[in-house]
Amino acid sequence: MESGCSKKLEEEKLELRLGPPGQEHSSWFIKDESLPSFGYFSSLKSNGNQAHKFPPPEDHLVGSVLASPWAKNHQPKPPSSLQSSEKKQTAMPSNCPQKRTAPGPVVGWPPIRSFRKNLAAPSSSKVASETPVGLPHKVANEKKTVVAEPSVKGLFVKINMDGVPIGRKVNLKAYDSYKKLSAAVDELFRGLLAAQRDSSAGGIVNKQEKEKPITGLLDGNGEYTLVYEDNEGDRMLVGDVPWHMFVSTVKRLRVLKSSELSAINLGSSKKGKTVEN
Amino acid sequence: MSEDDERQQSPPSDLDFVSTKARNCNATGSGSAYPDQVLNNVLENVLHFLTSKRDRNAASLVCKSWYRVEALTRSELLIGNCYAVSPARVTARFARVRALHLKGKPRFADFNLMPPDWGAHFNPWALAMAKAYPWLEKVHLKRMSVTDDDLVTLAELFLGFKELSLVCCDGFGTGGLAIFVNKCRQLKVLDLIDSEVTDDDTDWISCFPEGESHLESLIFDCVECHVNFEALERLVARSPSLKKLRLNRYVSIEQLYRLMIRAPQLTHLGTGSFSPSEIAGQGDQEPDYVNAFAACKSLVCLSGFREIIPDYLPAIYPVCANLTSLNFSYANITAEQLKPIISKCHKLEVFWVLDSICDEGLQAVAVTCKELRELRVFPVDAREDSDGLVSDVGLRAISEGCRKLQSILYFCQQMTNAAVIAMSKNCPDLVVFRLCIMGRRRADHVTGEPMDDGFGAIVMNCKKLTRLAVSGLLTDKAFDYIGRHGKLIRTLSVAFAGDSDIGLKYVLEGCPQLQKLEIRDSPFGDAALRSGLHHYYNMRFLWMSSCSLTRHGCQEIAHAMPHLVVEVIRSADEEEMDTAAEILYMYRSLEGPRTDVPKFVTIL
Repeated sequence: MESGCSKKLEEEKLELRLGPPGQEHSSWFIKDESLPSFGYFSSLKSNGNQAHKFPPPEDHLVGSVLASPWAKNHQPKPPSSLQSSEKKQTAMPSNCPQKRTAPGPVVGWPPIRSFRKNLAAPSSSKVASETPVGLPHKVANEKKTVVAEPSVKGLFVKINMDGVPIGRKVNLKAYDSYKKLSAAVDELFRGLLAAQRDSSAGGIVNKQEKEKPITGLLDGNGEYTLVYEDNEGDRMLVGDVPWHMFVSTVKRLRVLKSSELSAINLGSSKKGKTVEN
Repeated sequence: MSEDDERQQSPPSDLDFVSTKARNCNATGSGSAYPDQVLNNVLENVLHFLTSKRDRNAASLVCKSWYRVEALTRSELLIGNCYAVSPARVTARFARVRALHLKGKPRFADFNLMPPDWGAHFNPWALAMAKAYPWLEKVHLKRMSVTDDDLVTLAELFLGFKELSLVCCDGFGTGGLAIFVNKCRQLKVLDLIDSEVTDDDTDWISCFPEGESHLESLIFDCVECHVNFEALERLVARSPSLKKLRLNRYVSIEQLYRLMIRAPQLTHLGTGSFSPSEIAGQGDQEPDYVNAFAACKSLVCLSGFREIIPDYLPAIYPVCANLTSLNFSYANITAEQLKPIISKCHKLEVFWVLDSICDEGLQAVAVTCKELRELRVFPVDAREDSDGLVSDVGLRAISEGCRKLQSILYFCQQMTNAAVIAMSKNCPDLVVFRLCIMGRRRADHVTGEPMDDGFGAIVMNCKKLTRLAVSGLLTDKAFDYIGRHGKLIRTLSVAFAGDSDIGLKYVLEGCPQLQKLEIRDSPFGDAALRSGLHHYYNMRFLWMSSCSLTRHGCQEIAHAMPHLVVEVIRSADEEEMDTAAEILYMYRSLEGPRTDVPKFVTIL
């Protein structure tokens, strides 16, 4: 996309970078501690054709894909993106000092592990409340948390279910259709959900409740519905786009109570909970 | 595991085994087999008392039957390099393993010198152990990649699993932890130390099962996300055996108070943030922190202070006199703030601190801490050109005050030979000497000389030295000293040092006990590499990055030594056929090239 490309060039010129000017790609030796980029992200540049997209086109910043923390050569950028993940960039390791008299900083020198760095700075806004799961919180470590982990063998995304504190991960490459995914979700959570119901019912085991299959995830008829968060942080119903397109944009899955779906503003910016990355 | 534990565990069942076998042998009447059987059984009972790995290795070499019996009775496995042996070989040899210690990546991986996803996966081990050792109780991993599924495996397939310790590991998250703690009903120890834990948004603390817990140690100071405090408080309240608790920085000092009054029996405490939460407390009354510490009469090890507000430091006065270990390495405090604390710590043996205390703070340590065995001074500002807060002055003061010092790690901007020589003479018990002069290739700042003589004095005078890390301006002469005098050195770390191949030759030809050699950015090439051929099978590994090695030189080594795995690791941009070998990592192995090699690694 043309607008995307020129934006990228501009951003590259503005980027803080280690190494002599004019170098196209700095080697990973002087990269920050972000995870390596994965091939499939570059395919996200052409991310048209998203159904259920409510925000008007001007909010649809193509550049936000490139501002992903997992893009290669990513250095602290001037804040420009929608994503709250940009806040993380301020917690960079101090190997990009403002002024240096010595030759440029070297990877892994001095030999201090990353979590021992940045001790001079006073602690910024720290939310130290007793926080149950699901409320916004700051993750200040320098390493980025991974949402989708593609590799040669699999594409793992996190999946959480309403009412179950334990999240799981699914390998989307193991499936080739929504039907199979839905069956897998049932398998993953059926037992956990039953256990949860047991404990909340005070231990009285209702034999019919036990291990009830989770159905109707895709058609809106079941007690639960499967939704996902895409690469732009929007929440979408699973099942509307072709499978391969879904796989290329999904970052995270959720199994929500169908009764609460109408309350959720599908497709618009995040509800309540801050996307953590 | 102490020897006493071993004795209590083993005798009853095995004595039964002996008498049954003896009876059976008598019954069959096979003449020549009988004495062997008895010998084996007796041997088995005796070998149960052998706990040290070295003793066991020696015993297994005596003869075949000793080898077999030793393999049957070894219950604790220590594997220093997960690629040196395969899980299959281990499970084939050892029958009844209860505890597994496994180490993966080399240490320089901690400093981002290794690309991510290099290897050291726990998964094949987890699966092999699950089949072979269902009674496995303890797993201790260092620098391994552990997935959530591995955690699930440990929890589900090992019924009596008791202790998990993950040091410098990664690859798992709070989701995996949740399932692990939920299903491990006998869990005594969960120690997460310096590991990277993904935040899966899962309230894992709530997943500990209800009812009284067996927890003795819960260490999670490295976990970078909120924990459910109410659940944590309830957990601590129902863990009467809890002795070690190290909180992460999301626990405020008010919350710490509530936990401490529920667990006065603690011996090891990591205090979390040690600062108040931002939400205003109810009412003006602050809890009596001093009282809470005073109630912890068994406290000997204190750490945490992740976001310390120094005003609260006096709260720890009541425990100072009993402390043997104090970790202030996250506490940006001054000498003035340190002095009232340290002056009470007469029994202190282990002290980790930031250089914010300056030389003056170190002088205060030297005055009081006469029992000090281990000192680590970390930099507040870990850059080459930052202001040096500690120097040769502080080092010399420590050497004069703390004569029993055995282990030191000291980060500074500049140093003098004189101070290092002084330490070599004042502290003859030094076993570990790691000096990191952060300015690369910096000379003695008083004389302008290289730091050769200082390190030379260390290897000459500290006769018990087994671990050495060098820095500053160093010529080949320093390595000559090390090769000639470092007779017990097992681990050597070198960075930005030396003039030529001769430096490395001195070391490889000189240090007979050398096990682990890690070198970066030093002018050592293929010729030097060749000079170690006689020794590489005796070493655990050799790491050389950004030196002057070529692929051809490494190839020669690989050809000459079939039981060495020679890995050449390159950055993502490098071409496959580059002549220079950017990173060489080689290690002895019984298995040959590993099968889980990522694209950026070539095994020669």
